[in-house]
Amino acid sequence: MDTSTLLAITAALAALAYVIGRGRSLSQAADIGGIRKLNSLPFYYGMLTALWCGLPALLLLVLWLIFDEAIIQALLIESLPADMRDLGGSELGLLLNSVQNIANGNSAGITNPDLLAAGQLLVSLRENSQRALAVVVLSGGLLFGVFGWARIRPQQKARFQVEAVFKIVLLLCSCIAIVTTLGIVLSVLFESLRFFQTVPFFDFVFGLDWSPQMAIRSDQVGGSGAFGAVPLFAGTLLISAIAMLVAVPTGLMAAIYLSEYAGSRIRSAVKPMLEVLAGIPTVVYGFFAALTVAPMIRDNGAVLGLDVSSESALAAGLVMGVMIIPFVSSLSDDVITAVPQSLRDGSFGLGATQSETIRQVVIPAALPGIVGGVLLAVSRAIGETMIVVMAAGLAANLTANPLESVTTVTVQIVTLLVGDQEFDSPKTLSAFALGLMLFVVTLALNYIALHVVRKYREQYE
Amino acid sequence: MNKSAEKTIDLVNRNLAKRYRAEKRFRFYGLLSISFGLLCLLFLFTDIIGKGHSAFLQTYVALDIHFDEEVLGIDNIDDPAQLMVANYDGVIRKALRDQFSEVSSRRDKRALYALISNGAGFDLQREFSLNPRELLGQTRTFWLVADDDVDTYLKSYRGSGEAFTGRLSEQQRGWVQTWVAEERIEKRFNRIFFTSGDSREPELAGIRGAIMGSLFTLAVTLVLSFPIGVAAAIYLEEYAPKNKWTDLIEVNINNLAAVPSIIFGLLGLAIFINFFEMPRSIPLVGGIVLTLMTLPTVIISSRAAIKSVPPSIREAALGIGASKMQMILHHVLPLAMPGMLTGAIIGMAQALGETAPLLMIGMVAFIVDIPGAVNDPATVLPVQIFLWSDSPERAFVERTSAAIMVLLAFLIIMNTLAVWLRKRLERRW
Repeated sequence: MDTSTLLAITAALAALAYVIGRGRSLSQAADIGGIRKLNSLPFYYGMLTALWCGLPALLLLVLWLIFDEAIIQALLIESLPADMRDLGGSELGLLLNSVQNIANGNSAGITNPDLLAAGQLLVSLRENSQRALAVVVLSGGLLFGVFGWARIRPQQKARFQVEAVFKIVLLLCSCIAIVTTLGIVLSVLFESLRFFQTVPFFDFVFGLDWSPQMAIRSDQVGGSGAFGAVPLFAGTLLISAIAMLVAVPTGLMAAIYLSEYAGSRIRSAVKPMLEVLAGIPTVVYGFFAALTVAPMIRDNGAVLGLDVSSESALAAGLVMGVMIIPFVSSLSDDVITAVPQSLRDGSFGLGATQSETIRQVVIPAALPGIVGGVLLAVSRAIGETMIVVMAAGLAANLTANPLESVTTVTVQIVTLLVGDQEFDSPKTLSAFALGLMLFVVTLALNYIALHVVRKYREQYE
Repeated sequence: MNKSAEKTIDLVNRNLAKRYRAEKRFRFYGLLSISFGLLCLLFLFTDIIGKGHSAFLQTYVALDIHFDEEVLGIDNIDDPAQLMVANYDGVIRKALRDQFSEVSSRRDKRALYALISNGAGFDLQREFSLNPRELLGQTRTFWLVADDDVDTYLKSYRGSGEAFTGRLSEQQRGWVQTWVAEERIEKRFNRIFFTSGDSREPELAGIRGAIMGSLFTLAVTLVLSFPIGVAAAIYLEEYAPKNKWTDLIEVNINNLAAVPSIIFGLLGLAIFINFFEMPRSIPLVGGIVLTLMTLPTVIISSRAAIKSVPPSIREAALGIGASKMQMILHHVLPLAMPGMLTGAIIGMAQALGETAPLLMIGMVAFIVDIPGAVNDPATVLPVQIFLWSDSPERAFVERTSAAIMVLLAFLIIMNTLAVWLRKRLERRW
């Protein structure tokens, strides 16, 4: 019986427990003079019985699934002959791997009778584990269900108990955000620490040379690999700067026009259209940048006599800027409309024109909010992946020329981690170190931005 | 005094024209910015539609196929196994040789065979297996899929003066022209594009596998993120006490909303693939990763929806004796549902377009089979676009653009649905 059918049967069992529990409370109520004599509605007695049945069963299932692999492995090692058991960690791992292969049905080329026997044992252990799991889960559910059923009394505070469980479930759901953050931090941090054991932290952060290819043999050319991340940081900054140069003036001016000049009809027509730009998937922008914008820039550059790389930072940056325009404009729009009308009226009363009012009164008043929005946009640009993967290059050039090809942190993460890889080579682990950098930087930017925005809001409320 | 007042008004008058010009310029900059944004949008859409519209048509060639027992290699027509493995390519090749009988050298023959797609044999097999008895020994005209080189050549040939020849030799182009003259070539609706999975041959590549993968991934995401998101929102809005723990949860949600999506991919790789040893490339893992990514969106919009239910409703429910859970489940939740659904749809749209985290967990494999469950290896539509955009064949460019059009169509439908829901069902108090 596989896990999904087991889950379905458990659910059916819980539903049955609901019906029986509700029926028991009704029959008890009938003896003492109707539902009104019960502490709670019959629904809650049913729910309580279902919870008594379902929750322990689920708990048992989860615990079993977590621990069964480890227990099976221990039993398997136990069964191996002594000389195999005493092998070191990695060799034992290899042996276990071939046992797994035998159990999965491809025993070709393996003749060692001990290993074949172990494979057989693994198959039978797995089958037994599945069977035992079904028995344990279902009998556990049944047992606790009967226990819950037996506890039903008219005085029992069923509703109170059900609501307590409900509240705990809600609390657990809201804690998933914390668990996710913790998961991100731990996963990235642990792999990074393993990376920093082979490559010193300062070599990584301040090194000027990035070529993560690790040689298989030590005598190969470029055998060691270099993990200096400065070219990646520089490339990321270059592309983000180009994107900001496009997005900030355009987004800001668009927001000013829409909130200060445009009538409500133009506003309600143009705003959603600009926001379409934000809804387009980044892979589409990447395709657009790589196949339309980059060749266009290269050809125009050739006409002007410039030597433009076909994976120029300019193309990726421009397209990324276009993507971020609606982000900047909607954030700025919010803060500009939040500036009190009285400030504008005061400025008009002194005889200022509308643009003077905007430039000298509204924008300074809204500046913290705008800065916060721009910071959020920068963190967006730094973390953006698909556009740069498709339109920026792979070569880690340390340059400030936007016509040359640069690479970014996210591009390197993707190229290092796509496909099958081992989790013990510095090459793969370096991607996690880059991820850690990315996470820390974007987190800091977001924190500062939210802080600035919040502080500004308090000013006018 | 008098003099200086005159001076001020003079100064104002002198500068007035300049100031008005500045005002006009400023307005113009604003208009320019908006037009730039809208032009970019227009340019993007026209570029993609211009590149992709031709992918919805596919070139077919009419050949007179003679179902020869010997060429097919069938001796017992009732044996389905023989029908499966019969030499259908041989029949097609024979038809080609018959038509262009002047072709004799091996090299020329190979060039001739290359005009018809490798997949044409499968089409023929399907047709033949329907009623083998009737067709065996007969000659029928079949429309077979042409190779992508022929397809690209003809499409560019009709478009502009200078045709894109690609890998086609002059001789091959001559044969194609013969077909055109005999009206044996036709562009038909490209059904393959919607009914088949990925392929190395552009003319056989379709997006069905990717669409199914996207559907399974989204289904997992929806099933997980909507209940969890709503539950978390209910807790934070209705139950949470004001304390450090609640603040921590809120800060975490706000931060997760701004974490780059690729970081979620790293999380999925390290935790689900590496630690829990889940298989790579399956929609289940993809869906879980996307759930973690979209959860902040769902929670934030659900909270806004719950907040918009007026407190008087809650007080009325509590006043007639409802418990807190009854108040929430019977009154607050139904009233907040439209807003929550809108948020969920927007979150799903975000998940549908996401690529980077799925690259990390291995959903970039070349997968021909159409996935049938959440634990079959699959790819998703955006990743398919990414994979095809890397392919060198020119025919893949139009298919990539067509796949983008399909993806954008899905997104537009979802967002329109969200807007419609909000307008139709949301109540204002």
